[in-house]
Amino acid sequence: MTPDTTPSTYLQSLNRGLHAAMAADEAVHFAGEDVLDPYGGAFKVSAGLSTRFPDRVHTTPISEGAITGLASGMALRGLKPVVEIMFGDFLTLTFDQILNHAVKFGAMYGTEVPVPMVIRTPMGGRRGYGPTHSQSIEKHFCGIPGLKVISPSHVHAAGDLLGAAIASETQPVLFIEYKSLYPLPLFTGSELLNVAPAPTGSYATRIVRNFETGEPDAVLIGYGGVAPLMLEVAERLAEEEINVSVVLPAVISPLDIAPIAQEVACARRALVVEEGVAGFDWGAEVAARLHETLFGKLDRPVRRLASKPQIIPTSKDGEAGTLISADDIEAAVYEELA
Amino acid sequence: MQKALTPRGSLRAMYETMALIRAVETSLLDLFGKGKLRGTVHTGIGQEAIAAGVVAALDLDRDVICSNHRGHGHYLAYCGDAKGLIAEIMGRPDGVCKGVGGSQHLHKKNFYSNGILGGMAPVSVGMAMGEKTKRSGAIVVQFAGDGALAEGAFYEAFNMAALWKLPYMLVVEDNGYAQSTPKALEQSGTLADRAKPFGIRVMEVDGNDAEAVHEAAETLSDHIRSGAGPGVLYCSTYRLAPHSKGDDIRDKTEIADAWTREPIVRARAKLPLEFCDAVDQAVATHVRDIIEALA
Repeated sequence: MTPDTTPSTYLQSLNRGLHAAMAADEAVHFAGEDVLDPYGGAFKVSAGLSTRFPDRVHTTPISEGAITGLASGMALRGLKPVVEIMFGDFLTLTFDQILNHAVKFGAMYGTEVPVPMVIRTPMGGRRGYGPTHSQSIEKHFCGIPGLKVISPSHVHAAGDLLGAAIASETQPVLFIEYKSLYPLPLFTGSELLNVAPAPTGSYATRIVRNFETGEPDAVLIGYGGVAPLMLEVAERLAEEEINVSVVLPAVISPLDIAPIAQEVACARRALVVEEGVAGFDWGAEVAARLHETLFGKLDRPVRRLASKPQIIPTSKDGEAGTLISADDIEAAVYEELA
Repeated sequence: MQKALTPRGSLRAMYETMALIRAVETSLLDLFGKGKLRGTVHTGIGQEAIAAGVVAALDLDRDVICSNHRGHGHYLAYCGDAKGLIAEIMGRPDGVCKGVGGSQHLHKKNFYSNGILGGMAPVSVGMAMGEKTKRSGAIVVQFAGDGALAEGAFYEAFNMAALWKLPYMLVVEDNGYAQSTPKALEQSGTLADRAKPFGIRVMEVDGNDAEAVHEAAETLSDHIRSGAGPGVLYCSTYRLAPHSKGDDIRDKTEIADAWTREPIVRARAKLPLEFCDAVDQAVATHVRDIIEALA
């Protein structure tokens, strides 16, 4: 698949990625709730697909568990299904199908059975949808053997990653899109921030730095919806001449710690940021892996930053007071550098 | 064992299948008792006519089977691979799934099983979607027990299968018990009617009568293969052996009575005695040879 070089928003990139993947391979089918044009999906990520590929786009009943099972069945019989779960919160209903079915077929029969399927879903808050439509629950799906969890930031060419997952993966992928990223242009750098050249690989970890020469004073690690917050903090700190690297893996499980550890080894101070709630979180895995990798080489313990462990209120102030913010991150960086 | 020269749907051929299943599963219980098997085994002793009758009605070159935790009979009816099955349950590398899957997780060609009840319904429907998309002409047949019909996944699957007229057949093996719980304590209404409001064709049959099962399965599979949409074959039967092993709390006279109406007794009444005895002897030798070779 050729890289998408047209300037676009995160959402447009995903939409183009889906169009390209379906155009490239007739085995690709798309299924989900309310995905037909003119509606085109609750967040319009699937816009235009049903018009262009009417036989391969399936609007489904409100049955998240069953459509996930449907995808497994289609994948086992030679198709490459992509399933849209309307809100990430609804992934709870897919858990049995993912854990006890989709990821088992590939390995439990003694020889590898291909199960090429992608479950994609919008995650996260900041849009006032309240306690059951704003969560970031992907941590519950991390650490499942056989499941790849991908959550690109807006620094990644999100649509290319989605296209690569659809075209190349032979086992199930959970693709987490952050709703708060949908309207943002893909980030390629700014006056104060530079994006390091992408290493090879479909889902390469991207690094954004607020300095040209020298070493980072601290490294911020995160994925998905917290990327714009971390970039904002990096811009603020640039003005204070504090060097910060923002490290953005796309594959959050299983985790390749090497590119993260490489940057952290220079700074010796690291903060892990996520929008999900604190406790038994993704940051705990990152911190543990960094401590294993860099034992004795860090100046401070790895600091975890997450949203408060409580429900997400609908009110603007209530939501803002619950979810991790740029101010929280900035304050934490100062504490770590103190 | 010699391949049957008789047509697959004949009572003689189905008797051979049933006898093989019975011999293998009886041996599995024996091996379990001797401590040769780990984990658990769920046998379908008494339910063999359903496996034999349904599978004999399928096109084995293309049709797909999704089985459950009680799937040895389905597997043997599908491919006759007693050695691969026994070795698998013994956890050996020469088992059909190299000892990884064990009793409840079998896969060979178009046969797949999983020990999670209900979850295979949407998967089977997805497979049916795949086959319909490929225009293969195949149908997907899922086996499930009466207890599993309490799982909600079935009703989501029924809805999609009927909505999209998918080539999906659910074979219900109603053996009256969900593990230890009798049907009356866990199912409301008429279980055989559960799929009807979806517009799904339901055929009810005596699941201990191999010929009746076979005839119904042929009728229903033709209907489904014609593109008319999914179907349910509802088979009444009785599980003669415990749910897994040695965990039977059912009434002993009820079990004894069921032994007089079980499918092999029923088939023997219609077949020449010498044929049946010869088959029984052949499968006994076949299974004994396998187990000796694996010991």
